[in-house]
Amino acid sequence: MITDVNVNLSRWPFRRLPCDEPARLVERLEACGVTQAWAGSFDGLLHKDLGGVNARLAEDCRKAPAGLLRPFGAVNPTLPDWREDLRRCHEDYHMPGIRLHPNYHGYRLDDPLFAELLAEAERRGLVVALAVRMEDPRMQHPLTRVPDVDTGPLPALLANRPGLRLVLLNALGPLRGAAITSLIGAGQVCFEISTLEGVGGIGSLLDRFPLDRLLFGSHFPYFLLESAILKLQESDLSAEQVKAITRENAASILAK
Amino acid sequence: MSSDCRITRRAVLVGAAQAAVAAGMSRAEGPVRRQPGLTRAQHVVWDAHGHLSAPGDTPAEKLANLLKFADRMGIERVIVFMGYPWSQDPSPDEFRRQNDQVLEAVEHSRGRALGFVYLNPQHTQASLDELDRCVAKGPMVGVKLWVAVHCHEACLDPIVRRAAELKAPVLQHTWSKITGNLPGESTAAELAALAARHPAATLIAAHSGGDWEPGIRAIRSTANVVAEICGGDPAAGMVEMAVRELGAERVIYGSDFSGRSFASQLAKVYGADVPEEAKALILSGNIRRILAPILAAKGIA
Ligand SMILES: [Zn+2]
Repeated sequence: MITDVNVNLSRWPFRRLPCDEPARLVERLEACGVTQAWAGSFDGLLHKDLGGVNARLAEDCRKAPAGLLRPFGAVNPTLPDWREDLRRCHEDYHMPGIRLHPNYHGYRLDDPLFAELLAEAERRGLVVALAVRMEDPRMQHPLTRVPDVDTGPLPALLANRPGLRLVLLNALGPLRGAAITSLIGAGQVCFEISTLEGVGGIGSLLDRFPLDRLLFGSHFPYFLLESAILKLQESDLSAEQVKAITRENAASILAK
Repeated sequence: MSSDCRITRRAVLVGAAQAAVAAGMSRAEGPVRRQPGLTRAQHVVWDAHGHLSAPGDTPAEKLANLLKFADRMGIERVIVFMGYPWSQDPSPDEFRRQNDQVLEAVEHSRGRALGFVYLNPQHTQASLDELDRCVAKGPMVGVKLWVAVHCHEACLDPIVRRAAELKAPVLQHTWSKITGNLPGESTAAELAALAARHPAATLIAAHSGGDWEPGIRAIRSTANVVAEICGGDPAAGMVEMAVRELGAERVIYGSDFSGRSFASQLAKVYGADVPEEAKALILSGNIRRILAPILAAKGIA
């Protein structure tokens, strides 16, 4: 039983992925013991019709085995009438949260629109999953170079939003040291392991990182799902640590 | 779907333990706990690319600490090169010092580690002398070249020629970055150019060119270059493309430990949609075939 908080549906814009069809994605998730996956859509990166993106995402998740895929719709606060996208995610599709891609959507986190979006998400009780990166910036397509999200303004924003639940995706590695510590201290922020690297990475992270803020995330199907799975084996983790990372921490985020 | 995650941790460790027994090694096996959804590890695994960056006061201690994690992942043998701290453009004194660290680590590894000699072709004669010290007269079995000089430069020719005489493969870092390469950082295309001048040598394209889609294409028509998959993100599809374009016998697993995890890099192979026979070649069959002559010459089993 694993909850994977970092899964994507539809097509990566620059490459076909072996598991980018829903049937194969579901088959692999189930084969690897994933019983719940928080799914965004790759279409949310570059499409302008996010209403259509989120409708398809909700429908694809509905068609999957019951409870397996939990949709996280894309919201871009620079688009006209973004509040309607947020309302649909919440009221029409009953999504547990939303997915943000500030770097692909072209705004910085000190933009007042972002603060408004966080306030709205907090008011509606939606989890905010923010992807710090989607791919290694060193190997991006020359016409689509997207730097990592600068999370610098986040701690100050979170200090005013005690009810906001934020999950940073693909952030461990791109963020290190003090940047992580200040986020942990600022509010309800969790990280996931998809981009956590280094031999015995989870174990050494937990020497200095609170267990209740760490989630299982794979960035599947862009990454191989087996990468996150095998990280659980590589570190010498206790049964309690594995349980917290693979399901309990994620469950408590949704329970709040 | 060619890979199956529905194997328990017990099965993984049993597979690893069997591999160890087959290799005549004792291993300290960690506590067996059932964890969900783990990939099988029935293949013999050699890790073709790693470094000594790890806790420990000596090279031997550092390697021993790394091997504890290799054990957990069912890795039988590792290839290490470069000491610490790293130097992108080492002087002869510096690369000799780093090679001494690797020699010490390998010597204390009870056969678990093999060493490649780190050279700087800009110091051509000193590099040739070091190649003789560590490979011809020492226990090392390959050459590692990093970012001191672009690998298509003429200064590499005598080194590659001598390595080929010694049956030692040359592993060259290759990475093409849209964000900009280091001044001496080689591309896969430059390695293909070098390899074309030395058909008797075996060249290993570390990182498969980094940006692996063009990287694999760059080496495709040069049969004496093999792609080593380590160091990049566990992007799905890399191993499938490498096998499709190069053939499974030209693809080698490495991790670039300890900067990368064994897990993320092994996943590229275990999770790939390629036949099990291809995975066996990638995980150790190919590197063992490439090293067989020099291992035999040195009496290394
Ligand atoms: Zn390396």
